[in-house]
Amino acid sequence: MTDANGTIVAADGRPLKASLNRALRREKMRAFLLILPLLAFVMLSFIAPIFDMLFRSVQDDITSRTLPQTVIALDDWDYEGTEIPSEAVYEALYYDMFFAAEAKKHTALGSRLNYETTGMSSLFRQTGRSLDDMGEDVIEAMEDASEALDDSAFWASIFLTQDSSAGSNAAAARAWASSIADMELRLPAGAYLSDAAAETLPNAARQYAAFAMFTHSVDEDVPAEEDPWESVWLALAEDLTAGDLSYDGVGAEELAAVQAAVTAPMADFTYTAAFLDQDEDWADREVIGTIKTFSSPYTAGYFLTAVDLELTPAGAQAVDEDVQIYITLFWRTLWMSMTITFSCILLGYPIAWLMANLPDRKANLIMILVLLPFWTSLLVRTSAWKVLLQQQGVINDTLVWIGLVGDGSRLALINNATGTIIAMTHILLPFMILPLYSVMKGIPPSYLRAAKSLGATDWTAFWRVYFPQSVPGIGAGCILVFILSIGYYITPEIVGGTKGVFISNRIAFHISSSLNWGLAAALGSILLVVVLGLYWAYDRIVGIDNVKLGG
Amino acid sequence: MRKSIALGTSAIVAIAGFAYAEGHMASDMTLVSWGGAYQASQQKAYVEPYVANNPGVTAVWDESSSEAVAKLRAMNEAGNVTWDVVDVVAADAIRLCDEGLAMEIDHDEILAPGDDGSSATDDFGDLIVSDCFVPQIVYSTTFGYRDDLVGDTPPTSVCDVYDLEAYPGMRSLERNPIANLEWALICDGVDIADVYDVLETEEGQDRAFAKLDTIKDNVIWWSAGADTPQLLADGEIVMGSTYNGRLFSLIEEQDQPVSMLWDWQMFDLDGWIIPAGLSPEREARALDFLRFATDTQRLADQAKYISYGPARASSAPLVSTHAELGIEMAPHMPTDPANSQNTFLFNYEWWADYRDDLDAKFQAWLAQ
Repeated sequence: MTDANGTIVAADGRPLKASLNRALRREKMRAFLLILPLLAFVMLSFIAPIFDMLFRSVQDDITSRTLPQTVIALDDWDYEGTEIPSEAVYEALYYDMFFAAEAKKHTALGSRLNYETTGMSSLFRQTGRSLDDMGEDVIEAMEDASEALDDSAFWASIFLTQDSSAGSNAAAARAWASSIADMELRLPAGAYLSDAAAETLPNAARQYAAFAMFTHSVDEDVPAEEDPWESVWLALAEDLTAGDLSYDGVGAEELAAVQAAVTAPMADFTYTAAFLDQDEDWADREVIGTIKTFSSPYTAGYFLTAVDLELTPAGAQAVDEDVQIYITLFWRTLWMSMTITFSCILLGYPIAWLMANLPDRKANLIMILVLLPFWTSLLVRTSAWKVLLQQQGVINDTLVWIGLVGDGSRLALINNATGTIIAMTHILLPFMILPLYSVMKGIPPSYLRAAKSLGATDWTAFWRVYFPQSVPGIGAGCILVFILSIGYYITPEIVGGTKGVFISNRIAFHISSSLNWGLAAALGSILLVVVLGLYWAYDRIVGIDNVKLGG
Repeated sequence: MRKSIALGTSAIVAIAGFAYAEGHMASDMTLVSWGGAYQASQQKAYVEPYVANNPGVTAVWDESSSEAVAKLRAMNEAGNVTWDVVDVVAADAIRLCDEGLAMEIDHDEILAPGDDGSSATDDFGDLIVSDCFVPQIVYSTTFGYRDDLVGDTPPTSVCDVYDLEAYPGMRSLERNPIANLEWALICDGVDIADVYDVLETEEGQDRAFAKLDTIKDNVIWWSAGADTPQLLADGEIVMGSTYNGRLFSLIEEQDQPVSMLWDWQMFDLDGWIIPAGLSPEREARALDFLRFATDTQRLADQAKYISYGPARASSAPLVSTHAELGIEMAPHMPTDPANSQNTFLFNYEWWADYRDDLDAKFQAWLAQ
């Protein structure tokens, strides 16, 4: 049918093209819906975690999150210079650390920075414990000067108000405290930070606001019933000694008395001295430099470590020779995987050929023999190799009994690279045999007969006629075996000793033991890129179309 | 801050003791341990009597202690912690506490006082190495040797491990710098009191590695506790280090021709932590179990099944005989006076700082 304009229309009067498109779209939708569960599963359980892991290799916001003010204050400090950081840095460090210690975030930062500089872990842990005692003299003088300060409600009456027009929600303090606590903090409903206090006692107001938010949001207590932290006291002392007291709200009288008493002890107090008394390492260029170097939210540090370099305040440089390990391991992983792949070809090719050319009954028997170990637990197979290969093991015993080797010079077949290559070749062999077999099954035997009838020798017939046709199977087997072996970790761990372990063993170590997930992610990313690179090279040289899993 | 800690503690006590009666405790708990004979000893000494006292409570085991730190971190990030009480070595407890993944515990309030009337903190003494950690056993890493491979003069000192002339053959050491570097320095003539001071310096570390170099070609490096017992049983090595409980079962239960060498055994601790962020019901159940499982009698009971020393001083006199073999367990304890003439305790604080650095050095040294 055609309509007035000459367009072909369907039975329902719509243009045929649109109607067809609609029908096709429905088909496509149905097809899409069918694969949707798989797609969602792959996205959620495979793609998303991989990207999350890749992201961890560059993400490093723990320093800037836990010590936000310190990081800003450190901007002016010069690593190359000889000066220790200014008093402002230690002041920022004190308040950042104090709040971080309350939120129990400082030790996690210490562990993170300890990956870079030895000693940071205990430095943070011990300093965290002694923060309460910093400025003890000042706080005692304040307590002596006015008993009102011992009353939690007195503090609340200065800094908090219920009148929203005379107060604010303390946005700056909130951002700062929430960053350190790594969660959203807020003042109790109906409580505001008094503008009058925030203006005349800025430091104390900020610290009190942070204290009140933490008390409310984390401890779930009422701020007016809790004694403020030492950091609030010190901040108040600082405000009181900063100049003439212009505060005239609630408790102004008491504060004036405190001001008179605190001037002398505050003159003797510096944050710098407080930190250096606790530990001289706080003046160490390397310690401060490490904080400064790792203060941006993203870092190249993990990737540098993964290739035996390190990020220092002075830029990237090679680590000492006695701790270089990752490049060695990457090379070892590559050459051993290649050796394993090559031995799989050597062993697998004749077996696959046999299977493809024997009568079905016999071929099936061999197939079962190939698959049997495949169905056995990986750990059992690997442990069995231990029994076979060790110096008092079956193979050595047999060799000694035959007289091939002396009892004193038994072969070292395990706990080294040899052990890994033997055990992994055995474990991965089916991945080579199966694609080879299915490709060889598809090569018509008449080709070989034809070659021979035209005068080719056995070898020529095999090499010129049969072998080229089996190459796609070799290609598929190689890719399978190589990619599987490059990421293997349990077998090298058990039989590899020290010279036969792979990069994946270090990745496992950093994931489960040292907890350096950033470094593990960087090592994993490099491995992924190497595999993709090799795959690309394979495609260029052999051609990926030339790979077959079946005839 | 001091005051707020005190207040926080009283809140915990309230949860543990008074506010939550039996009905407010979760009835399921997931305990995490190491599997094998050790977990079986915990099942018999702690869980079975606890469940008998608290009908309706079910306890399931997860054998994940070797990866507890990583798994807890992952659970915490995912916001779904499924474990209630976790058995970890002390070094891991410190890590977990540092990362904020384990709950801080007031030992005197949460734990039962000793049978002799001492407070929990006095009873455990120095073994409380972290605010989050409740010690359970003292174990040691020490050496065992094959009686038939050491000739007429069995080794008496840990330094015999370095004597290739008197004791030719292979040894096994843990693939880990901890303890190996200390032993190397002790055998290189460093006084035990100075070991960590020496190890802090570049020269000291080089010295330890140089000493290890002398036997490097004769060492099989193990990573699982079962490796050394197997290597000894197969006659693959002359001597090797492992946990004393493994050697006990090799010698006494499996009757192998192996003997213990207690000289300079390295003490370490294993114990419990409770993950941070449990719901109040689960936390109450976990604390209730913890109080029961770490009292004087329970810790002494565990020694019936495995030769690890109870962490409470008050448990030591109650240690009796092995449940199946019937032999006295006291002489097999690492803490027995005859065994503990030369010992050292793993220095947690020091290793927390130096582990990353020395591990990198150690692995690079192994790869050379």
